[in-house]
Amino acid sequence: MKILSKTLNKINIFLENNPKITIYFPQFLIILVLTIIISYFSLNASTNMAARGIETGFAFLKNKASFDIQFSLIEFDSNDSYARAYLVGLLNTLLVSGIGIFFATVIGFFVGIIRLSTNILASKVAEAYIEIFRNIPLLLQIFFWYFAVLRLLPSSENSLILFDFVFANIKGIYVPRFVWTNFNFLTYGLVVSILAIYIFRFYSKKKQDLTGVQVPTFTTSLIIFVVINLLFIIIGNVGLSLTYPVLETNRGIHNYSGGVSVIPELIALAFSLSLYTSTFIAECVRAGILGIDKGQKEAAASIGLSKSQILKLIVIPQALRIIIPPVTNQYLNLTKNSSLAAAIAYPDIVLVFAGTALMQTGKAIEIVSITMLTYLTLSISISLFMNWYNKKNSLTER
Amino acid sequence: MNLVNWTRKNLFSNWHDTLLTFIILFLFYISIPPLLSWMFFDATFFGTSKKDCSGTGACWVFIQVWLKRFTYGMYPNDQIWRIDLAFIIFFFVIGAYFFVNTKIKKILFIFLTIIFPFLAIFLFHGGLFGLEEVETRVWGGLFLTLFISVFSIIFCFPIGVLLAMGRRSKLPVIRYFSIGFIELWRGVPLITVLFMAAVMFPVFLPSGTNLDKLVRVIIAITLFESAYIAEVIRGGLQAIPKGQYDAANSLGMGYWKSHILIILPQALKIVIPGVANTFIALFKDTPLILVVGLMELLGMVNMAKTNPAWLGLATEGYVFAAIVYFIFCFAMSRYSLRLEKQLKTSN
Repeated sequence: MKILSKTLNKINIFLENNPKITIYFPQFLIILVLTIIISYFSLNASTNMAARGIETGFAFLKNKASFDIQFSLIEFDSNDSYARAYLVGLLNTLLVSGIGIFFATVIGFFVGIIRLSTNILASKVAEAYIEIFRNIPLLLQIFFWYFAVLRLLPSSENSLILFDFVFANIKGIYVPRFVWTNFNFLTYGLVVSILAIYIFRFYSKKKQDLTGVQVPTFTTSLIIFVVINLLFIIIGNVGLSLTYPVLETNRGIHNYSGGVSVIPELIALAFSLSLYTSTFIAECVRAGILGIDKGQKEAAASIGLSKSQILKLIVIPQALRIIIPPVTNQYLNLTKNSSLAAAIAYPDIVLVFAGTALMQTGKAIEIVSITMLTYLTLSISISLFMNWYNKKNSLTER
Repeated sequence: MNLVNWTRKNLFSNWHDTLLTFIILFLFYISIPPLLSWMFFDATFFGTSKKDCSGTGACWVFIQVWLKRFTYGMYPNDQIWRIDLAFIIFFFVIGAYFFVNTKIKKILFIFLTIIFPFLAIFLFHGGLFGLEEVETRVWGGLFLTLFISVFSIIFCFPIGVLLAMGRRSKLPVIRYFSIGFIELWRGVPLITVLFMAAVMFPVFLPSGTNLDKLVRVIIAITLFESAYIAEVIRGGLQAIPKGQYDAANSLGMGYWKSHILIILPQALKIVIPGVANTFIALFKDTPLILVVGLMELLGMVNMAKTNPAWLGLATEGYVFAAIVYFIFCFAMSRYSLRLEKQLKTSN
């Protein structure tokens, strides 16, 4: 014991006299250990790959994929390459995330505001909604909507029909497709009206800064928008017609064609992602609104702002500053959670690429790395954006 | 009179509150009676097969018959006492923890964190001292859910502490390694990490070694979840005032001594609610192991519903699983909320 403590003491004194060792040695050790681990794993990997006769490298991306994807936003058939399959998967991931983010935000803000309502019944219902949907695993919710609800829909020939133009059956939901004539005039109209509103806002702000007179911006903008778009629609003779989904029978198989079809996997996934994430967004919204000091509202009222002005000029800008960072984080979580698509066979990047393509090529390292890198790029770019946003909007106290 | 005032103030204070109240009451009126009759009044609770169900309400017979499988997976029936025994010890020790004095608490804590895991693995897996060996591929159900979440959290806690300290280290290699490690796992979804464990781990190991699937899954979840734990703990470390570090240094304590004796005990106390929230997230993520073929509670429900004798009972199975998960997560989140409040008042 004594010798041990003596040597320890000696080492301590030696380290104190040579402080550089305590700085360099641990770092050197980490690098050494990491190098050993990585080279050990890569040695194993290369021998294993050689034994199985699998080539490494990314050349396979150009090969023919020879599988079909049930749902894709761009043209895809089995003659296309793996790279294109990856793109299809990525677009499907972004599609379901986009839909999920939109609905999660709408529901989340709605529930978050209701949660703070003075009506105790409404507030309790919102609380129950939040507690129920956030405490049940997301995968279970997806399975529930997919297997227990959408799989119970009738077959094509006995579809449920809503308002004569929405058809729901086990193969998906069919809605009419919008067919525009002279659609480009509508786009011009949109662009011109947005420009006009922008110019109008710029001058009204200038006028307010100079004279203090407020121009009713919202109403005027709305009028500008409607008038300019109407003008363009009339001048350009823009027309809109609907093509309805029609039940067709082909060799005894009933199917709807025409119109827009939405596959049940997409509905189940987008629905459960929205419900699950909306509970977290609702809590962020609640925290943001509660986070504003009561004094702010009282101060605003005491300088004569009206109730709607207080909300627009004092409460919302400050609440958004608190709300936006955690909500962006939830958007990121939603995008990552959309990978659960693989469990119900919605063709997202995980199912198409890390599932089917991996099964066919056996290139585990390359494919898993590409998939992880894709998500990593998404996450890092969003968090970089968040850092920039926080810096731009942080309170500069004088 | 009091009741009238209360309703007027809280439900009908102005026209839109009144409208909201009536809308909600109407929604209750159309949704709750059919739900209740499906769940209770028209439901069949006892029986032995699907034929016993009346057909209009829920068929809880499904749950009743499969309950053992939902709880223990495919674990052999005559060995189930081993799981029960381990969980009885676990809950008994945790229960006892609240009633004994500090000295015994320490012993219990050491038992629970160091001895009990080995005891539990021995009981579950067997193969030693005459206990029959049960392979991990028959493990399943709620038992597997609890096993994976508890063991992952035990492993990721120390890794998380080290990563959090590493991220705040002054040594650049250690700092950047920690940042890279944490951000890598936080940036990817768990499902890709599980895929990695399933298909990439075997490639990286020497040929011939066959790492158990459950072990691979636990390693994957540990890697993934330790990054989240590290961020929670880093929050706690940042909350410790700089004076604490200076005071420890002025007493002649080095890096490790000051952290172990002064900083970590305070920081870990602050982050208990955060760790509890991470644990809830981990618990809710366990069903994902389905994608690599392990059957915990949700996986068992999924399997049972495809059984030819029990087709068409998906709703009952999912509702049952949802209730079980909800009870666990809700109880834990309430507990962590209470802890948070306690910590707020004590500071």
